[in-house]
Amino acid sequence: MIAESGHYALVLALALALIQSIVPIVGARWRDAALMNVARSTALAQLLFVAASFAALVTLHVTSDFSVANVFENSHSLKPLLYKITGVWGNHEGSMLLWVSILALFGGLVAAFGNNLPLSLRAHVLAVQAWVASAFYLFILITSNPFLRIANPPIEGRDLNPVLQDIGLAVHPPMLYLGYVGFSISFSFAVAALLEGRIDAAWARWVRPWTLMAWIFLTLGIAMGSYWAYYELGWGGWWFWDPVENASLMPWLAGTALLHSALVMEKRNALKVWTVLLSILTFSLSLLGTFLVRSGVLTSVHAFATDPTRGVFILLILFVFIGGSLSLYAWRAPALKQGGLFAPISREGALVLNNLLLTTACATVFIGTLYPLALEVLTGEKISVGAPFFNFTFAPLFVPLLLAVPFGPLLAWKRGDLLGAAQRLLVAGIVALVAIALVLAWTYGGATLAPLAIGLAAFVIMGALCDLAERIALFRIPLSLSLRRARGLPRATWGTAFAHAGLGVALIGIVCETTWNSEYIGSMKPDDVARVAGYELRLDGLNPRQGPNFREMVAQFTVTRDGEKVSVMTPSKRNFTTRGASTTEAALLTRGASQLYISLGDTSADGAIAVRIYHKPLVLMIWWGPVLMAFGGLLSLSDRRLRVGAPKPAKAAARALQAAE
Amino acid sequence: MTRKQRRLTLIGCALVVLAIAAGLVLNALRDSIVFFSTPSMVAEKHLGPGKRFRLGGLVEQGSLKRGDNLAVTFTVGDGGATLPVAYKGILPDLFREGQGVVAEGALDANGVFRADTVLAKHDETYMPKDVADALKKQGHWKDDYGAKPNSMPSASAAPTQGAMR
Repeated sequence: MIAESGHYALVLALALALIQSIVPIVGARWRDAALMNVARSTALAQLLFVAASFAALVTLHVTSDFSVANVFENSHSLKPLLYKITGVWGNHEGSMLLWVSILALFGGLVAAFGNNLPLSLRAHVLAVQAWVASAFYLFILITSNPFLRIANPPIEGRDLNPVLQDIGLAVHPPMLYLGYVGFSISFSFAVAALLEGRIDAAWARWVRPWTLMAWIFLTLGIAMGSYWAYYELGWGGWWFWDPVENASLMPWLAGTALLHSALVMEKRNALKVWTVLLSILTFSLSLLGTFLVRSGVLTSVHAFATDPTRGVFILLILFVFIGGSLSLYAWRAPALKQGGLFAPISREGALVLNNLLLTTACATVFIGTLYPLALEVLTGEKISVGAPFFNFTFAPLFVPLLLAVPFGPLLAWKRGDLLGAAQRLLVAGIVALVAIALVLAWTYGGATLAPLAIGLAAFVIMGALCDLAERIALFRIPLSLSLRRARGLPRATWGTAFAHAGLGVALIGIVCETTWNSEYIGSMKPDDVARVAGYELRLDGLNPRQGPNFREMVAQFTVTRDGEKVSVMTPSKRNFTTRGASTTEAALLTRGASQLYISLGDTSADGAIAVRIYHKPLVLMIWWGPVLMAFGGLLSLSDRRLRVGAPKPAKAAARALQAAE
Repeated sequence: MTRKQRRLTLIGCALVVLAIAAGLVLNALRDSIVFFSTPSMVAEKHLGPGKRFRLGGLVEQGSLKRGDNLAVTFTVGDGGATLPVAYKGILPDLFREGQGVVAEGALDANGVFRADTVLAKHDETYMPKDVADALKKQGHWKDDYGAKPNSMPSASAAPTQGAMR
């Protein structure tokens, strides 16, 4: 009954989406407010029905109803409750349902909080949103229905892929989808603007918070996925330039560019046509990512199932939306009025450079990801494009970008003073040089590029601090006055500083981890001692243990440094009986920002176990960086200037009244 | 500066960046891509030692030998030819004899494939896509590779399950 209700709710959501696709547009044509307002009610009702459908699937998974194929294939009655819930989106059908649920959520949010949008803009935005939604409802209902029943229900399920039985599955996919799908809002706004043939600074002010929100979630989602891969796959790697990772990186790069160009549009009414194009491209890349991951053209942990009809269907969606929106752009964009002028050396100029480098970097990732697929389709030849390609193309484009980052916020709008900005960055430059010298001296004879990269990171971080110091006139006026200024700074300024500093923090982590990573790989017997980076790890013994739906072999290591006991680490090897699959649970020991990492291999006949031990210096900074960036984004999002939709707080209104009196 | 000059500066900058990027991409595509081969293709193409490629095929039954200090050797076959592979390190969780594998490395002077990475992009029932395609093309595809070991209940056509990196 629950499965059928869930299925029915989804069909109703499709019907609502179809109404929402057409009626508001007609209403806008006829200037009929009642028809335009239909969009609002349908968007909210759609959210209600999709939520009901999603809740139904969750219920089926939690109650282990194995008469439903999706539950049978991905669940097991002994599975812990958390994984029963997260297992809902740990498979193709369920994750597509999560995708549309989030799409409906964003549609509902626009409907609920978009009260001060011009009526026809809101109608258009919600209609475009409904086009996307309809396409994906159809996709789910036709090719990936999660509510299909099995004729003869089995007693036990086939369990979830063991690799996915982790807390990471609770966080990573929802975060990533909130990011991917969040960009649909800026897409809808862009298409709506093209349909209406009107766009202005107010448009950018409405789009920016949504873009920022999506960007925050995407940043966290990517970082979380990277950390999950790092501790779960047992290889100690955190980024593989795997096509599915690139699929999430491309919208991030385009989205970051969009965030910055929307700023120019909002403040200076320039770069309009470009911003619209970026909005379209960003969501197109999100769709492309969905296609790459969901169609089964790639094999990876993310490709749950391969079914040709699904691939063709998503490809069709991809062509309709990307092709359609770009054609619309080519047709209508020339009609949009060009905006303000600016000198090449100015805040706008810096943001254009940012956009140029980010989109070019995005293009190289695009080529590296799709070239092998295109070549295989065209010539049948199979190649793989791996890390070296991206290191040679992506990295050289990011270096000038990072060099330019500290300059941007210091340049004035319209016409900037490069020399002045350089003078104000003098401290950052000096700190960077000192950092390079120190690291060079400390690692004498080692890598030469790494100290330079550390210097660059120091420059980016100090540049962000210099910008703040400059704004609060630190050390030039009394400290108390500076502090008062600091409190008065707009939150967006703090946000910028945090986000930019996050880049530098992540870079330090990346450089240190890749350059000064030490490892020990060998087979160990009980009481053997391995030495890695000044730590001594003694294997105390191996113990079998029984988990809820797996058996595991736990190895216990005592970690000492200079004869003093530091901690005990217990990596394990799990064997999941239902699937006959095993996973490696790495043990991590955090010391400051550095980590010791142990993962286990096979046990040999003589009782020795293969062991992989890494010491990864400052590795955690790789993820602290994105967290800082997301925090900066959050600060910026909470800036009052951005909250177009938020009702004015009573206090401010009262104060305004008093002032008026 | 006039509007025209400003626009030209902008376009000029864009072209420079794009040209640099294009150069980098072309250069990297020439040097750092890796081709995929099966043992038969290796035999046909007479790949020389030192040239990096990805080898895909099935691990031959009974060929896995463990040496000292995590050194392993095994043979990869595709029904037509076989190729000995040497690897040092920990094999992935899903590495099994009789199942598909993808290894990256190069041939040495003795014709042994020295792998520095072994990937098991599949689970217990699934072949790596590259391997399956190559085997199909050579006519060595056995239908039962893709099927589940235990018969599936009706209503769901046997889906191939999630894969490992």
